[in-house]
Amino acid sequence: MTELKNELIHHSAADLAAKLAAREVTAVEVTQAHLDRIADVDGQVNAFLHVNTEEALAVAAEVDAARAAGGSAAEELHALAGVPIAVKDLIVTIGQPTTAGSKILEGWHSPYDATVVKKLRAARMPILGKTNLDEFAMGSSTEHSAYGPTRNPWDLDRIPGGSGGGSAAAVAAFEAPLALGTDTGGSIRQPGAVTGTVGVKPTYGAVSRYGAIAMASSLDQIGPVSRTVLDSALLQEVIGGHDPFDSTSLTDPFNDLVAAARVGNVAGMKIGIVKELHGEGYQAGVENRFNESLQLLKDAGAEIVEVSCPNLKYALGAYYLIMPSEVSSNLAKFDGVRFGMRVLPKDGPMTIERVMGATRAAGFGDEVKRRIILGTYALSAGYYDAYYGSAQKVRTLIQRDFDAAFAKADVLISPTAPTTAFKLGEKLDDPLAMYLNDVATIPANLAGIPGLSLPGGLADEDGLPVGIQLLAPARQDARLYRVGAVLESILEEKWGGPMLAQAPVLGSATTTAGGSN
Amino acid sequence: MSVDATLSFEEAMEKYDPVLGIEVHVELNTKTKMFSSAPNVFGDEPNTNVNEVDLGMPGVLPVVNKTAVESSIKIGLALNCKIAESCRFARKNYFYPDTPKNFQTSQYDEPIAYDGYLDIELEDGTVFRVEIERAHMEEDAGKLTHMGGAAGRIQGADYSLVDYNRSGVPLVEIVTKPIEGAGSRAPELAKAYVAAVREIVKNLGVSDAKMERGNVRCDANVSLRPHGRERFGIRSETKNVNSLRAVEHAVRYEIQRHAAVLDSGEPVIQETRHWHEDTRSTTSGRPKSDADDYRYFPEPDLVPVVASREWVEELRATLPEPPAERRKRLKEAWGYSDLEFRDVVNAGVMDSIEETISAGASADVARKWWMGEIVGRAKVADVDPSELGVTPQVIVELNKLVEDGKINNKMATQVLDGVLAGEGTPEEIVEKRGLAVVSDDGPLLEAIDAALAAQPDVAEKIRGGKVQAIGAIVGGVMKATRGQADAGRVRELILQKLGVEG
Repeated sequence: MTELKNELIHHSAADLAAKLAAREVTAVEVTQAHLDRIADVDGQVNAFLHVNTEEALAVAAEVDAARAAGGSAAEELHALAGVPIAVKDLIVTIGQPTTAGSKILEGWHSPYDATVVKKLRAARMPILGKTNLDEFAMGSSTEHSAYGPTRNPWDLDRIPGGSGGGSAAAVAAFEAPLALGTDTGGSIRQPGAVTGTVGVKPTYGAVSRYGAIAMASSLDQIGPVSRTVLDSALLQEVIGGHDPFDSTSLTDPFNDLVAAARVGNVAGMKIGIVKELHGEGYQAGVENRFNESLQLLKDAGAEIVEVSCPNLKYALGAYYLIMPSEVSSNLAKFDGVRFGMRVLPKDGPMTIERVMGATRAAGFGDEVKRRIILGTYALSAGYYDAYYGSAQKVRTLIQRDFDAAFAKADVLISPTAPTTAFKLGEKLDDPLAMYLNDVATIPANLAGIPGLSLPGGLADEDGLPVGIQLLAPARQDARLYRVGAVLESILEEKWGGPMLAQAPVLGSATTTAGGSN
Repeated sequence: MSVDATLSFEEAMEKYDPVLGIEVHVELNTKTKMFSSAPNVFGDEPNTNVNEVDLGMPGVLPVVNKTAVESSIKIGLALNCKIAESCRFARKNYFYPDTPKNFQTSQYDEPIAYDGYLDIELEDGTVFRVEIERAHMEEDAGKLTHMGGAAGRIQGADYSLVDYNRSGVPLVEIVTKPIEGAGSRAPELAKAYVAAVREIVKNLGVSDAKMERGNVRCDANVSLRPHGRERFGIRSETKNVNSLRAVEHAVRYEIQRHAAVLDSGEPVIQETRHWHEDTRSTTSGRPKSDADDYRYFPEPDLVPVVASREWVEELRATLPEPPAERRKRLKEAWGYSDLEFRDVVNAGVMDSIEETISAGASADVARKWWMGEIVGRAKVADVDPSELGVTPQVIVELNKLVEDGKINNKMATQVLDGVLAGEGTPEEIVEKRGLAVVSDDGPLLEAIDAALAAQPDVAEKIRGGKVQAIGAIVGGVMKATRGQADAGRVRELILQKLGVEG
């Protein structure tokens, strides 16, 4: 039985779906296997803030019952029914706490489900639990979580990326085959890169944001986290589509993603290297793996072209004005009046302003406060034009740069992150160094275009995962899946299997860690 | 609370020239709220008409109510505004517990309607054009009730209760350009302008337009400058002036107060003032300066509102008859003289008369009752005539009783008093008070004989054809019957008796 469980957790979501459909395994077995794995290893990884054992097993049992009943009950089951999933704790769920990684929401239960959660429930995907993140998704390492950092399954002393380090680590550590993330400046893709998993930021508006606690509304996007490109495509088709509760959601169906992941060739496609998104500032091992992928794509029949997006040099600056501006407004509602933590001032008059102040002082961590202060300043009268206004202009310029680039190339390619996973604590006191992790991922958020990160091999100097990022024009998410799946299969052929097979084995707390499979 | 010094209005006008700016907030009567699907209903149990969006729960997003946009465009068109082809919402950031997100979603530099005007007819027929700067969409805030303090004020309160039912109710804020040149008619103009806006939104059917419920709320900006000076003085903004009369009074009071401040050589403080109906005066609110920083920025959760020209024209085609044109039409239909009609309009009973006519009364009967009886009583009771409690049905019923000869006009006014005193329907009151006209001619004839005998010279005049002298005889009969007789019938009988043609 133990062996069966171990075997189950190593399957992709697509494989699990096939086994469930063939009734080789039950959804309860699959779900229990992942719950067992969480129990075994999450003490070391800390990917989960909440484990949803009972509900997950109940949903799995419903799926098994429907399948056992046969007939229409079985036929109507979604392809991913019974395949469990983890949800980033920025996304609200009925029946489980939602903390956003912050003390200020400790113990809060949402009275409503996010649209994506409703879709998971409709597909009857058991929700394993809520995953750790930097507080309110602000960070690149999960070290800004109020509930302790998540650790990278490749090296427990290293960061799993952020803000969605919990979702990426959960998938990398085989605690879940799939997870949901949110990506405002790279929070899905950068953790994907440093944990050797796949992460996709869909086109802005391709997935409803309703129920994702807003960080920066014009940049936030929910997306899939998985171990294979196909799995992400399957998941994006579950969660995507127009939502009348999100005015910024697109009406495009985005139902060609799985098919694109199965096309299997890139012959004749033009793939553009973005001059500004590699080279100086990028770790040598990252650069090497990137060049290797370029060569492999070329060998597979793609045409490699170089493009330039000169305004990308302003991207980080613009991002760190627009994002905190929106943060300062979006986080104003956390004031202790209607929900969440309430802290009363220790002395002095008990006025509403002082209660709000005391609550926010105690409830928010330093990085959140830093961004609120930055954004409040950037939006202030007299500074608005110079800061927020200029940043919006940069955003337009970057969009134009991408338009021009996509006139020359079907997809663009770059390393996902400039470095491999760094050590916990290494950049905690240096916000600017931390911010630089997202230099290659932020442009996609500013332009609203989709981006995918997939494993590109291990860096020579440290043996840690390197991510390759693909970018496509808005609404052309399918191209990412097509090129991503091809590159993934060429690389896996080269490696002789999935890259995660090279990751150190995480034992249960009582088992000796180490070794390689 | 200290009482501010004031100058007499006349003296203030001698010395200074007032400039007004009026903001009117109109609550739209859409089924649901501006950005959520929660019902937009007044007066329910607190915090029942709310959902997660109105409460600003984590993760929620707004969705614009299309009907509210339509209503806003209609208002813009009725105010002769241009309608923006594309406009955005913005966030107005401030921390206050009546605003659950701690920002209000409003329009800032891109109002849906702008550059309009409204021609306002004053009581004497003078037409004054008020320029409209903009009309923009926004959401209402919740309602705070301060408990434990004096007079429901926040100062000294133990705690405050908040009702979010009103949170997210769609509002259109209509802002005038500075209104110059009204002189001593500024208070009257302010009232007439707000009345006109209220009339327009009511006529459009986009708002219940009840000021007493806060459907239409007015903030009045007043500043004074010495005659002949171009530059505006420092303004005060008097909030929540929530009846038409209060608009007039508040503007008048602020003019008098500003004049006294300026006379003393002090600068006027730029601030918010609160209007108090009980003392008919304003008190200082919080200082309002241009330093208030709401950190406006475009609402990133909403896409721009696009109003295609086709849509705007479609909406324009559905607009009802404008009130001014309606007045012209009604005046003709009712056959009132200029003076009669203006009195009706100024008394604020045109709608009531229209309703009374559609309930079955003639135009003259309706006017006689509203202008002759109800307006005066409303003045005494210090309420709007329409709020006195007389329904069109009451008037129709009263009039029928008179026409049927069951009661006379004098009795009818007593019955009206009975209705207002809550004694029942006119029929019931006639019954209860024993007010039936004496309809048996026998006692009347006796009284007539007595009256004729008492005034033989008058009887002689009538016989000689001077029918107008009949009043003295009728009066004698009425006196003898203590007013219970039908004067018309008495007249007929006198003429019959004397063999004279009426």
